[in-house]
Amino acid sequence: MRTRAAIDVAAPAEVVWEFVADPRHYLHFMSGVTRWEVSGERSQGPGARYRMLMRVGSAEVGGLIEVVEFEPGRELAWTSVTGIDQRGRWRLRAVSPERTRVELRISYGVAGSGLLGWLAERVAAPTVSGHLRRTLEQLKRQVEHEHSRRKAAARREARSRAA
Amino acid sequence: MSEARPAAADPRRNGHSTAPPHVADPAAEPSTAAAGGAGPTDRGPSLAGRAARALARQVTSRIPAADLDERDPDYIRDNLPGLWLLASLWFRGEVRGLGNIPDEGPVLLVGNHSGGNLTPDTGVFTLAFSAYFGVERPFYQLAHNLVLSMPGLGFLRRFGTVAASPENAERALKAGAALLVYPGGDMEVHRPSWHSSRIDFAGRRGFVRLALEHEVPIVPVVSIGGQETAIFLSRGEGLARALRLDRLFRLKVLPISIAPPWGVNVGDFMGHIPLPAKIVVEALPPIRLREEFGPEPDVDEVYEHVTRVMQETLDALQAERRLPVIG
Repeated sequence: MRTRAAIDVAAPAEVVWEFVADPRHYLHFMSGVTRWEVSGERSQGPGARYRMLMRVGSAEVGGLIEVVEFEPGRELAWTSVTGIDQRGRWRLRAVSPERTRVELRISYGVAGSGLLGWLAERVAAPTVSGHLRRTLEQLKRQVEHEHSRRKAAARREARSRAA
Repeated sequence: MSEARPAAADPRRNGHSTAPPHVADPAAEPSTAAAGGAGPTDRGPSLAGRAARALARQVTSRIPAADLDERDPDYIRDNLPGLWLLASLWFRGEVRGLGNIPDEGPVLLVGNHSGGNLTPDTGVFTLAFSAYFGVERPFYQLAHNLVLSMPGLGFLRRFGTVAASPENAERALKAGAALLVYPGGDMEVHRPSWHSSRIDFAGRRGFVRLALEHEVPIVPVVSIGGQETAIFLSRGEGLARALRLDRLFRLKVLPISIAPPWGVNVGDFMGHIPLPAKIVVEALPPIRLREEFGPEPDVDEVYEHVTRVMQETLDALQAERRLPVIG
């Protein structure tokens, strides 16, 4: 089952990327996520592995995932190693220098689980897409706040230098 | 006369004679030895008695020899979506505190047992455990012989359910697995519905000795809601004694409940359709016996401690509930 959500963030793609690429931020903006911890040596980049869990219905589902695509400022994709089958992707595109379109996609399922699996995926879909939507809303708030804070700091510095 | 012997001898072959942690009380055992003596034999083997013993032999022969290898991670994984649907939609299951379970290594999960012979709590917990830690983490559950020998329940073995015996418990813990035991067993699972919020291990302390012997932490797993999946009226202990079920099947109860589709349900041998009661399960912080109770922990003290923290948690879970079944 594929789910996706998208949102426009009023910040440059590099600022959004800082949040998306660093697993330490995930628990702060990922809705429904109860775990997102580094597993292994690498914490970022292709080959980095995380153990993640998301609350869906009566269980926390997820497992070990591995980053398979890592193009700074544009794309980050992962696929599952253990746990339910999943592929996820962050897709960042600059609409203008101060505006970025952020898309989050997750497709999930359990291969070989038959009719009940098919049904479960559909029953879970509203919960998962709700999590994705809230994740993007929270990400937008945090990124925009951080971006305006940095701009204000830059302005203050410029003023003090001018004085 | 000699009719009485196979029933008494058979259980020993299947490891009954040593007290298992699940249905464990050494004191309960001597009755098996007595079966060959004066009591029932002087009446002579009646037709019903012979039939019962034949059934008992049938049951014991069906108890699978302990084989941890029957657990099948791929099978569990394939069935998680179905289990998820059942747990999420029917029981609106909620499992808390899985993070309290140590991430790796052997651990003894000690639960209170509710909901009749096919326990919904176990299904909800198995799903949550397998999703949280992955099906790769070995996880076994000890069950009553009757559950395992029941036709149609063979699938439980692929989920990691093994017969409750000290040998099986030892094998699982030595293999580094998580092991779920219900010390209250048949006594607790058929307690009346109005005792839903009572922990009742019936004084069975085998789990403490098991944890001590194998140096594994105990994680209490408290659940509520299972006893609302039917109207449990009575354990029927007197009935079970009268029918000599304790000797033939190691069964101390013959429960009476009201449950669909049967109406009045005696024995619960065929299972029943559980009412959609909300089930909440909470795993508590691990108890490391030698760290908390010194190098030589007192079994009774540990037993009191574990049942007390479980009772306190169950009280809190009960206080959260506004209505039976609905939760």
